[in-house]
Amino acid sequence: MDLVEVNPYLWEIPRTGGMNVPGRIFADRQLMEKAREEKALEQVANVACLPGIVTASLAMPDIHWGYGFAIGGVAAFGMNDGVISPGGVGYDIACGVRLLRTDLLAPEIKTTIPGLVHELSRMIPAGVGRRGNMKLSPKELDDLMTGGVPWVIEQGLGRPEDVEAIEDGGVLDGADSSMVSARARERGFDQPGTLGAGNHFAEVQVVEEVFDPRAAAAFGIDKDQLCVMVHSGSRGLGHQVCTDYVKIMGPAAARAGISLPDRQLACAPISSREGREYYAAMACAVNFARCNRQVMTHLIRQSFEYVFKTPAERLGLELVYDVSHNVAKFEEHETEDGKVRLCVHRKGATRSFPAGHPDVPAGYREVGQPVIVPGDMGTASYLLKGTKESMSLSFGSTCHGAGRVMGRRAAKRMIQGHELKARLEAQGITVRAGSTRGLAEEAPEAYKDVNRVVDVCHRAGLSRKVAKLRPLGVVKG
Amino acid sequence: MKTFETIEHTADIGVRSFGATEEEAFENAAFGMFSLLADLELVSDEVEFPVIVEGEDRETLLVEWLNELLYIYESQGVILKKFHVSVLEDTRLEGSAWGGHIDPARHEIRTDIKAVTYYQLQVTRTEKGWIAEVIFDV
Repeated sequence: MDLVEVNPYLWEIPRTGGMNVPGRIFADRQLMEKAREEKALEQVANVACLPGIVTASLAMPDIHWGYGFAIGGVAAFGMNDGVISPGGVGYDIACGVRLLRTDLLAPEIKTTIPGLVHELSRMIPAGVGRRGNMKLSPKELDDLMTGGVPWVIEQGLGRPEDVEAIEDGGVLDGADSSMVSARARERGFDQPGTLGAGNHFAEVQVVEEVFDPRAAAAFGIDKDQLCVMVHSGSRGLGHQVCTDYVKIMGPAAARAGISLPDRQLACAPISSREGREYYAAMACAVNFARCNRQVMTHLIRQSFEYVFKTPAERLGLELVYDVSHNVAKFEEHETEDGKVRLCVHRKGATRSFPAGHPDVPAGYREVGQPVIVPGDMGTASYLLKGTKESMSLSFGSTCHGAGRVMGRRAAKRMIQGHELKARLEAQGITVRAGSTRGLAEEAPEAYKDVNRVVDVCHRAGLSRKVAKLRPLGVVKG
Repeated sequence: MKTFETIEHTADIGVRSFGATEEEAFENAAFGMFSLLADLELVSDEVEFPVIVEGEDRETLLVEWLNELLYIYESQGVILKKFHVSVLEDTRLEGSAWGGHIDPARHEIRTDIKAVTYYQLQVTRTEKGWIAEVIFDV
């Protein structure tokens, strides 16, 4: 495949064949080498073939081989001539990350960390197919999917101010629960407040380094502070919504005369019945995912109260922000045709809106939107801020994580789960994992260097570094 | 004859299954999928679940068949290990799966499979028989 180095952090796949726009990948030489070994670039080119795509088919520096879209993919479509694709959002709809800050200093409570991690692992149900303690009636599930986090807070699971620190105020408009299948509801009704498995985690972290004191101060972040990060998504409900609509959209694409380079790219015109119905169901799953993280936030606050014998409010535990990195949203962007409304798909990419943008919470509007990037469990995670440049470079998007470099089988062949646990504990990281094999799949060696990924985003202008967080304790499924 | 092999993928994983007949390739794809989930040696096959799915073509039927089995696994809490496809028509599949309830003390779930994707999905006939290829989202 032809690849042109535009600058040290940007590569272009020129338009050929059925591509409607070029492909653009943000990466340095080393990250690009990795991406070239897989079929990720082919996937970027495939997305460029979809109707109504605007400007370019993009990929962030954590690009890796996915199914349909590459992971790290960003694609925007015109509202009149463009499509919406369930595969372009992914199975784990609104999978995302939230960060809580505390008033505690990590060095002062060092000896309490193992007990805290144990309590968190006891309180937060984790693992494959694990059910939660919240079992919603059909009416309550409807209310949760359409009312989002504000509804969950009305039930007493959170603080009113939490909604300010969630994209869309914690509730994505346009959700219609009648578009969510009985099977999706059955899979989800008892899963709010559950972590799941795979790369999902809850981590106790310490702020190791602050790069941008002004932004960090606005986000309430300072060196040595204890924080909690949660990475999870829409669980079985979201997976089923995607499964249901990928099936519907295969024939829908054929009826609309769209030829697909890959069946996983099944899509429908945004304004078609199938397109509108998918969006309404997806919005339900987006709200579900945010509510899932909100219920876990409540469980985290309860765990801290139990361990520190102090009301959660007095320990801080405020929500810094909550991002969704698998999602399609309607947003306004400047293009060659002026200001237009677009359907932006982010599949393993995070929104990165700049200072002054109306969608950035009032308290952060002078510095930009917080971007939370979870790393692998042995290295680090990052807090970044959105930039003005990202609006013209990537429809206001940046990376979502480190990105895998090693297959799961390969990781399990190379790394023993119990050895990894011992190694992490020797580094001072407490680990509570349901499955040691699952732990091995998520070993640091299986991931790209998150430091490099975040640096490339910083230099390319997609986001700016604010602070680096180091894990002290990990809870996994 | 080998019943299946895994397809390596950076973030996800897949199965390439073989069969003298198309039905057998579908059965072996299911066996391959559950082999990724758990050690099937430790699982019983005492409970039977009938399966009927519809789809526009063979590949869709393969995805639907596997998705249905994943749904049984998740909703019933059973690991499936024995499979039989009795009817495989253009747009319809009928069959059965047998398995046993998950005992967390004995069965470790090795890999969480979220869904069956259409990416690089193939059902092909060769001189030696049938091959089914499918990638999972894990």
